[in-house]
Amino acid sequence: MKLIKNIGLALFVLALTIFVASLTLTNHTLTETVLSENIYNQYHREMIQQQAGDLMGKEFGSNVAFINAFKPVLNNSLEALDKASGVDRANGIWNAVPDKLPEGVSENNYRMFPNTVDDYLFALTKYSAGGLLPGNSNWFFLLSFILAALGGLMYLLPDLNLIPGIKNNQIYDSPATRGITFQTRMIFLGMTILASILMVFFKYLLIGILTIVAGIIIIYRIYKTNKDNNVSFSKTRKVTAPKGLGWIGISFGIFLILFYVTLYFFPEYITNWTLMLDPISESLSGNSAGRWFLYGFLYTMVMFVMGIRMLIKYRHNNYQLVRTGSVMFFQTAFAFLIPEFLLRLNQPYMDFKNAWPLDYDFFFEIDKMYGQGTEFAIAGWATSVGTMMFIWGIVLTLVVVPFFTYYFGKRWYCSWVCGCGGLAETLGDPYRQLSDKSLTAWKYERYIIHGVLVFAIVMTGMVIYTYLTGSSSILFLDSYNVRSWYGFFIGSMFSGIVGTGFYPLMGNRVWCRFGCPLAGMMGLVQKFKSRFRITTNGGQCISCGNCSTYCEMGIDVRAYAQRGQNVVRASCVGCGICAAVCPRGVLRLENGTVDIDNRVTELKTVHVKSISFTDGAFSLEGNEV
Amino acid sequence: MHIAIIGNGISGITAARYIRKFSDHQITVISSESDHFFSRTALMYIYMGHMRFEDTKPYEDWFWEKNRIDLKKGFVEKVNHQDNELLFVGGEKMKYDKLILATGSASNKFGWPGQDLEAVHGMYSLQDLEAMEKYSDGLKRAVIVGGGLIGIEMAEMFHSRNIPVTFLVRETDFWNGVIPLEEAKMVGRHILENHIDLQLQTELKEIVDDGNGKACAVITSKGERIECGFVGLTAGVHPNIDFLKESGIEIQRGIMVNDFLETNISNIYAIGDCAQMQNPKPGRRPVEAIWYTGRMMGETVAYNVCGKKVGYDPGIWFNSAKFFEIEYQVYGTVMAKMADDHEAIYWKHTDGRKSIRVIYDKNTDEIVGFNLMGVRFRHEVCEKWLKEKTNVEVVLQDLAIANFDPEFYKTHEHEVLKIYNQKSGKNLKPKKKRGWTQAFKFLQS
Repeated sequence: MKLIKNIGLALFVLALTIFVASLTLTNHTLTETVLSENIYNQYHREMIQQQAGDLMGKEFGSNVAFINAFKPVLNNSLEALDKASGVDRANGIWNAVPDKLPEGVSENNYRMFPNTVDDYLFALTKYSAGGLLPGNSNWFFLLSFILAALGGLMYLLPDLNLIPGIKNNQIYDSPATRGITFQTRMIFLGMTILASILMVFFKYLLIGILTIVAGIIIIYRIYKTNKDNNVSFSKTRKVTAPKGLGWIGISFGIFLILFYVTLYFFPEYITNWTLMLDPISESLSGNSAGRWFLYGFLYTMVMFVMGIRMLIKYRHNNYQLVRTGSVMFFQTAFAFLIPEFLLRLNQPYMDFKNAWPLDYDFFFEIDKMYGQGTEFAIAGWATSVGTMMFIWGIVLTLVVVPFFTYYFGKRWYCSWVCGCGGLAETLGDPYRQLSDKSLTAWKYERYIIHGVLVFAIVMTGMVIYTYLTGSSSILFLDSYNVRSWYGFFIGSMFSGIVGTGFYPLMGNRVWCRFGCPLAGMMGLVQKFKSRFRITTNGGQCISCGNCSTYCEMGIDVRAYAQRGQNVVRASCVGCGICAAVCPRGVLRLENGTVDIDNRVTELKTVHVKSISFTDGAFSLEGNEV
Repeated sequence: MHIAIIGNGISGITAARYIRKFSDHQITVISSESDHFFSRTALMYIYMGHMRFEDTKPYEDWFWEKNRIDLKKGFVEKVNHQDNELLFVGGEKMKYDKLILATGSASNKFGWPGQDLEAVHGMYSLQDLEAMEKYSDGLKRAVIVGGGLIGIEMAEMFHSRNIPVTFLVRETDFWNGVIPLEEAKMVGRHILENHIDLQLQTELKEIVDDGNGKACAVITSKGERIECGFVGLTAGVHPNIDFLKESGIEIQRGIMVNDFLETNISNIYAIGDCAQMQNPKPGRRPVEAIWYTGRMMGETVAYNVCGKKVGYDPGIWFNSAKFFEIEYQVYGTVMAKMADDHEAIYWKHTDGRKSIRVIYDKNTDEIVGFNLMGVRFRHEVCEKWLKEKTNVEVVLQDLAIANFDPEFYKTHEHEVLKIYNQKSGKNLKPKKKRGWTQAFKFLQS
């Protein structure tokens, strides 16, 4: 059994090595064929060919060399076309002069824009590839994606031989899952914030400075809290790792962070991975694989393999089985397959379960959603699939989400349906114990998540205002800028890089706990009006702390359980792990209306019940918290 | 008023918290074991790598200062009640106005040869845990002596690190002095399926010295010699009161206390494992080394210390534990050997890791107790049934509202009822469903 596990692990590491190495296994030659197959716009194609000059037909030894050579070419092409169309930024002319455009060609069809450059760079890098990989991409697919999954399964399946039960042995002794010290955590956070600022320094100077200031304040505040408590900097925090740093965890975190940075900001360097996925993508949607297909495929596959791990680990617990099955299903069907099929049917791409404001760009292209030129009117509903989607999206947010949250708590979404939650519950499960349980963390959590919620609402309001009035400037802000700030800071940096990259550093629900505006919204419903709560079982709690330790949302469940108080918390995603790990059967996730307005009042462990605190000489003065 | 509390376990800390709720008295909690309160019951999870020591602290470190509960690390050597003074090792002294003794337990040692050798430890304190950790590196086998809750926890701890364990149990079945035979056998089978070398009806005769003062083997009552690098002594605990022997405070097995948890000295109280009730409630033992009774005593003593006389009443008996993967809960009276006028309905799952036992009085049909293995029941619901001496048929028909297993778990209450129907020739039908709504309505009724 041990042997099979080790072979599985070895195969996984081998596959991962091949996967990463495959990025370097191409040479690149841009031929006219490649150019014409990937750039249909004749003005762009001709300009690029002209700007490329000698570089056409030249062989580059690596994608890095190719990108270094062609990024300037594409940027120069953009400049040249701008110049030709009469754009003159120095003199305040931002748009093309109609006279200078070829007869009957619109500005958008003539000029290149920064996103056009990015798309072309990606396509040209991908299809100019030669060498070992392109001809053998199926083999590489088998040796990386498939072999990794098989290796993973070989590592996981032998656990079926163990007696079913809670299997957390040596989690805090393993360098993969023991987490990091408080200082290391702050270094990572600080570095991430700084890096994100550097990346957008010129574009978003103002917000960059604000973030630096905010980051410094946060770090200083936490430092000061620790100093004031007069205890050494590392020892006060529950995240202190017991024996040295979890180096495998840190490496994994860095790997994930690099993956996300590349995926979001430098996708042209990972075109080789998409080459391997072309056959699958074409069979699903009819299109070649782009970076988002790569991401969706990887995401689904990882969730599947790690979902199987979860199913094995909790096979004695039906709640976990049903819930894990559910997130695996919604990811595979709703997030991955259905949108691809929609593309095949020439319909807008839509993930039907992704609710605004988590789906923050839902309102970005209202036109596209309900069909170009169609007025948002009853007549359009029946005719346009896009209109139906648009209406569904609104119904989902305004009706389905609050209604279901009232009935079942936010768990129906966060740990049964959501893709982010799904990854956290599968890939992230080995790291759930690393969430910070301190009261301080809870304070930050409330400010940050509700801050993001407000940001999302304001941003979307501005987008809709711009759509309705055609004016993009509101007060002193430009709605397009606000939109891209949100996309960069919340959409990319927070939910992607910190949200997933920080699994091994700060636990698996960093995004869900501190950032997700939808979770923030549902949390308000859950806190103030919901049938959901975690009940505690009379006086059975022994304060052992398993529940708090394994709460991925950093709720100090024990604080409630040992007082015999039901847990009603905005952040609880109802994963049910606290109830699963409890050795004394103290916690149960329950729904009920009978006591909906006083779900938290009773303290069941208070033993002496008949005495009033305030009779005669006996008054409550001590006021313990 | 200065209230000193010796012991920062669940009893002492509960007392301190409630005294703080009720009053502004100065409170000092004294411990030589740890700086802060931690959950003793979670020590095993530290060893098993499920938790860090920090995670076992129920309150964050700022809690104590914020609530003006002074913590003092030190070992009290002597209580001088004439002068209301504590004497610490090292000569330091502390005055008090009222003293609460919550000193807990110490592991039993029955005079075995070699019991004080190195690598021979109980499993009670943080220091015991450190000792286990110290000897675990490269450990080839551990021998555990004594088949109780701590013994099986220790077995699980070593098992989690793949260290082979020999488990010596004096009785014919594991813990059969406390739980009924079927359940004892179930746990026994479960111990074996975890590859623990369980040796029933076997006692420790001698621990062998390796020549350097360290244990290297044990010799059992059957004459077998078992080589091992660690010996765990888990044959129960006794009140940790050695330092009080000459103090004038009345002690027998534990510190003698009346219903108000007062000792023979008027301003000294004793609670938790170390206290011995002069008049235990019917069916209860004078010394109960249980987490829950410690907590109840802590709360009760706080009233008495603050000037409000409240008698200690532990109420309906309940307890719980976990044997490897099998959870155990008990409510009411469940004896190893059932009383003659009691009758049991016993249902067992085919997987051999779950059972429900409902005990009632044959003559009056009143419910008497519940014993659960691998199934969770709702404390308050069982307690209400037991308090009200509900008719067993009502209980069995409504049994689902007691179920506390997670959602989507199969329920087995109807099978329990079926067994009763077979036994009685009746045809009762389940009346209620699992879930909070019905349970809440019942509790409110």
